[in-house]
Amino acid sequence: MEGNPITHLATIDYAIMAVYFIAVLGVGFALKRVMRTSTDFFLAGKTLPAWVTGLAFISANLGAQEVIGMGASGAKYGIATSHFYWIGAIPAMLFVGLFMMPFYYGSRARSVPEYLKLRFDEKTRTLNAATFAVMTIFSSGISMYAMGKLFNLLLGWSFNTSVLASAAIVLAYVTLGGLTSAIYNEVLQFFLIVFGFAPLVWLGLKSVGGWDGLTAKLNAASIANGLPEGSYTHAWRGMTHAATNPIGVEWFGLVMGLGFVLSFGYWCTDFLVVQRAMAADSMTAARRTPLIAAFPKMIFPFLVILPGMIALALTVGHTGATGMIPAKMANGVPLVDAAGRTVLDFDLATPMMLVKLFPSGMLGLGLTALLASFMSGMAGNVTAFNTVWTYDLYQSHIKPGASDEHYLWMGRVATVGGILLSIAAAYVAGSFNNIMDLLQLVFAFVNAPLFATFALGMFWKRTTGHGAFTGLLAGTLGAAIHHGLTLPLGATAGVKGGYFGLVHTYPSELAQTFWTAIVAWTTCFVVSIVVSLVTQPRAESELTGLVYSLTPKPKDRDLPWSKRPATLALIVIVLIVGLNLIFL
Amino acid sequence: MSDMEGMDIRAPIGGLFSVLGMMLVLYGSFAPRSVGASDASGGVNVNLWWGAVMLVFGVIMLVMSRRAMSRPE
Repeated sequence: MEGNPITHLATIDYAIMAVYFIAVLGVGFALKRVMRTSTDFFLAGKTLPAWVTGLAFISANLGAQEVIGMGASGAKYGIATSHFYWIGAIPAMLFVGLFMMPFYYGSRARSVPEYLKLRFDEKTRTLNAATFAVMTIFSSGISMYAMGKLFNLLLGWSFNTSVLASAAIVLAYVTLGGLTSAIYNEVLQFFLIVFGFAPLVWLGLKSVGGWDGLTAKLNAASIANGLPEGSYTHAWRGMTHAATNPIGVEWFGLVMGLGFVLSFGYWCTDFLVVQRAMAADSMTAARRTPLIAAFPKMIFPFLVILPGMIALALTVGHTGATGMIPAKMANGVPLVDAAGRTVLDFDLATPMMLVKLFPSGMLGLGLTALLASFMSGMAGNVTAFNTVWTYDLYQSHIKPGASDEHYLWMGRVATVGGILLSIAAAYVAGSFNNIMDLLQLVFAFVNAPLFATFALGMFWKRTTGHGAFTGLLAGTLGAAIHHGLTLPLGATAGVKGGYFGLVHTYPSELAQTFWTAIVAWTTCFVVSIVVSLVTQPRAESELTGLVYSLTPKPKDRDLPWSKRPATLALIVIVLIVGLNLIFL
Repeated sequence: MSDMEGMDIRAPIGGLFSVLGMMLVLYGSFAPRSVGASDASGGVNVNLWWGAVMLVFGVIMLVMSRRAMSRPE
């Protein structure tokens, strides 16, 4: 790794980071003495209150890649990026809290794959557990790689040192305090992100002349990029056609692909987030977890997307190094697109805002927030991995019937193993960029059909194990075929698609992604139904607690109205409609 | 969270933010024109006032965790 770092830190910045590391390790040591059983370690003993699991629920997803990526998308797409939150998260979070949590928390399942075992059969569980385990390792590795690269570029830190040091800290606190430790640190990270980014937005808005100044500057940017005025500051403007909005997707693809298939597939079935809710101290708390999480999730766009938009506003009209976002470099020369415009390195939008707007002291805080989200993202992946490995792969295939102490020991070993594999994945990501693109593509194919399987499993008692299993495989295959037959505009056949020939060209990569997901979901849904109808269903008596129509409804009437999940959900719906109207 | 777990999450949050807030307040008072301070934050001693906000938040969290601890079960 070569080149001069973009900035240098003062002693105060290092001191702030040091205090955070001490706090993180302190939490791990303090929790060590309460880790007695495997349930303590993997499920936090099911003792956490809803606000703690709720904040962990969104923080586990808010890894640094998300923070950096949302800033980058803010600079690229403007306020329409908030669709990833308002359309692409909130509805699914409400659904999992209201309708699905009773089955995850209420059944004896200790993980999401284990629910599939109880509801369907061993092969469906193993398919889900194995792909999930591989995916968590790679996402943790990719995020480590991104962190090492970013801190090398910004501060000149050695790539090896940042990767190994952060891995060592995560290893220490997860092996000591298990899921509780990971969740506590996710809550710390949540507050660090809020306190580190709120003043960034405030200073940023101040320097562009407030919201009006931002709108004016971004209007200029939208015209320069050939889009209607206001495209970057109105979330729904030009959404009737893919060509007239910055994200390049029409409203149907957005709502169905992102809002339904991808979003429900992630928030309702991904064990990384569901595990947080399963750690709650009661059924009501588990159901309120994603609903409580929806409140901060709604306002996060202002913390993580606005910095990117402000960075774009501070770049438009500037030339060379005076703009906020630097140009993307290729062999030491700034890249230029076909229209002769400089290609910006959007991933640097948020980091450059931190470096340029914050003085020493606050800069330390902002970078600590970034480090915290990197590390808790890694810890989230590792805690989900060690649970799925121990319960769904090790206990069910390698060594069933061992003592609880043995599985607790295995969990700690799996934590060490998971982190070592993540480090290896980080180096693979560094050496073979194309392999990572390919892997992420495969993950997308595997994930897209998942929600169809869970929705059918939970709400249609006739669904069979054979139906679910073939549906999942068919959905993944359907995704691959659709992707192989289409290309985004301007791309060539290869990792972007088109490898089976070209049938359709999408206006953007996002449009292609969303439609691939829609095809995968539909294929899985149809195939599962057809196969289920010709195979033997399980006896209804075996499905109590696993299927909606055969499970007693949670009794919310005993709760005061203000504590009922439905009330919370209603408030969220009103607020989310309001937000969309404000930024229409 | 005041039960058998033995640790209220608000205690470490409160501790961390009190210490960080205090550090920023001190730094902001003694080195108001610190190295690297840009034009954008010029005019505002962001370390001082934001440090104060964090300190207040940290203390509130500490007080809440103490209350939860001392409440009879």
